Amino acid sequence: MGDGLLEMRDVSVTFSSRRGTVRAVDGVSLDVRAGEVLALVGESGCGKTTLIRAILGLEPLTDGSILVEGKPVNQRQRTLRDLRRRVQMVFQDPTGALNPRHSIYDAVAEGIRIHGVAGNEPDLVAGALSRAGLRPPENYMPRFPHEVSGGQRQRVLIAGAIALEPQLLLADEPVASLDASIRGEILALLRDLVDQHGLGIIAVTHDLGLAWNIADRIAVMYLGRIVEVGEAEEVLANPQHPYTKALLSVVPEMERLEQQILTGETPDPSRIPAGCRFHPRCPLVASGEAERLGVLGKCTGVDVELVQRGAGHWSACHAVP
Amino acid sequence: MSDVVKTQTTTFSPRSFRWQRRRAATVDFWSRFRGDRLALFGLAVLLTFIVMAIGAPWISPKEGLSAVDSIDNPTWATPRFDYPFGTDNLGRSVAAQFVWGSRVSLWVGLSATVLTIAIGSAVGVTAGFFGRWTDATLMRLTDWFLVIPFLPLAIVLASVLDRSLRNVVLVIAITSWPGTARLVRAQVLTVKQRLFVDRARALGASRFHVIRRHILPNVAPLILANVTLAVPISILTETTLAFLGLGDPKRPSWGKTLEEAFNAGAISRNAWWYYLPAGAGIVIVVLAFTLVGRAVEEILDPRLREGGL
Ligand SMILES: Nc1ncnc2c1ncn2[C@@H]1O[C@H](COP(=O)(O)OP(=O)(O)OP(=O)(O)O)[C@@H](O)[C@H]1O
Ligand SMILES: [Mg+2]
Repeated sequence: MGDGLLEMRDVSVTFSSRRGTVRAVDGVSLDVRAGEVLALVGESGCGKTTLIRAILGLEPLTDGSILVEGKPVNQRQRTLRDLRRRVQMVFQDPTGALNPRHSIYDAVAEGIRIHGVAGNEPDLVAGALSRAGLRPPENYMPRFPHEVSGGQRQRVLIAGAIALEPQLLLADEPVASLDASIRGEILALLRDLVDQHGLGIIAVTHDLGLAWNIADRIAVMYLGRIVEVGEAEEVLANPQHPYTKALLSVVPEMERLEQQILTGETPDPSRIPAGCRFHPRCPLVASGEAERLGVLGKCTGVDVELVQRGAGHWSACHAVP
Repeated sequence: MSDVVKTQTTTFSPRSFRWQRRRAATVDFWSRFRGDRLALFGLAVLLTFIVMAIGAPWISPKEGLSAVDSIDNPTWATPRFDYPFGTDNLGRSVAAQFVWGSRVSLWVGLSATVLTIAIGSAVGVTAGFFGRWTDATLMRLTDWFLVIPFLPLAIVLASVLDRSLRNVVLVIAITSWPGTARLVRAQVLTVKQRLFVDRARALGASRFHVIRRHILPNVAPLILANVTLAVPISILTETTLAFLGLGDPKRPSWGKTLEEAFNAGAISRNAWWYYLPAGAGIVIVVLAFTLVGRAVEEILDPRLREGGL
């Protein structure tokens, strides 16, 4: 870890709701370098969206700090405006993220206008749309969000984000609603942005198979924390954390692992378990393996930090030697 | 990093597209409106009254309103050829008062509505969008104005300010903006939650940009629908104020005609021609506005339109 494009230190985001305090992100430290794709993987509700919203200043931090190119993210209007040119986000829900009263042209042109990007506006919009796979762009520009498919809306969001030529792209499930051929094209586009233009990308997904396709590094998130992070091949070939193993075991491409279906109630960020937050569902605890290793007491009582296991490979588990 | 978006040229013209769309929206609005027969009828009635109000100086010379110029006229004359609505206790033509009264009633109704909506929308948008203490302060203020009983305040204001049409408009606006403010604030609060507002912020939009491009366009239909329904209320309020003698003493409004008819004893004399035209004028105009307003609301209000927003 070091002089990255993005540095997050002990980032926490909490919400207060009727159920009490929801610790959606609870002490995340993570870096992204220019020219790499980091896949952020984890099951629904683990805080992926909240974390990347925090990077853009859309969620105020409860604790910790975020630096983008060395400059701290705070809630000052000046900082935010500048930040939001260099960092762009593709929202998870493309239907909600597009104003139903704005044409697709206006949706893509919005950022261009806000930042006064140099160049001929219609040409910039057309370029962004066709790069995002909406061709010919003239067919899409006069339409309204409700007049195109969900996958096309998602590509409108991608076009709107890349039109600003950001240095860091936060893509929240960027290909979730796309069919195979378009998915391939979008992944190729993301890869190209990274390889040709040196972007850093965080690609949020709950699909490790997808992470395997495009990521240079993978970070696995569980209940507001990163539990394992490392080079993609390393994490996939040699997973350390039992949660990562369980996720991997259900990926079709990874046939060699025995399937593990996680039991136990789905985790609730308003009631984070003591000790290792994964222990109520941990197969090592359930099978008695943890007890045999003599770490059961730590699993249920001592919070666990990320520990380096190899070159750039970190995981947070008491049972891993 | 210079050509993330590969160079591409297009023949698409955003400006002509915007015009096309505006035209299409207008055509669409009109075709929906036209489907409502009652609303069309209301619109026709309104246009008639508006033509009458604008053309008052040509339809009926202003001298007809002056008691001095009417000194030789018969008093309490029943309707006849030269006085279609008869004359009053001073020999003035009731028809002239009716024609000129429509001018004041419509003018006050419209301008008080514009002012009401402007204040209400500004307060509602500010409170709803900025939230926190801005919201708390403005809503406290709004509640205040909402609970102040209307007539005492109007009487106090009318007696503190001098009695001119401008002040009548002011009094109406001051007492009726809180309703609009609350309505607009509620709508702003729901629009503000929408994800596209977050996207605009993520794109680097200023608060001003978010309000102008996302909040206002989404509350505008509600505001517009509110306008057409607020006009009749303003007209009735003006009538009330004038009837209580709080209007502009130099301008004949329908309310003032009613007040004078009442004071002159038109009712005990059974001089129906004196008070009936003004009363009917008010009822007809208010009804016509309501018919039009209801149709406009139905077309524009996102909450009434299935699948809208
Ligand atoms: N504004 C909010 N108020 C209260 N709780 C929230 C809020 N936003 C998110 N949460 C909670 O925080 C947790 C993390 O939410 P988040 O949207 O970040 O999950 P996610 O990992 O993106 O899930 P998914 O894969 O389903 O998109 C969830 O339990 C969610 O209910
Ligand atoms: Mg999410």
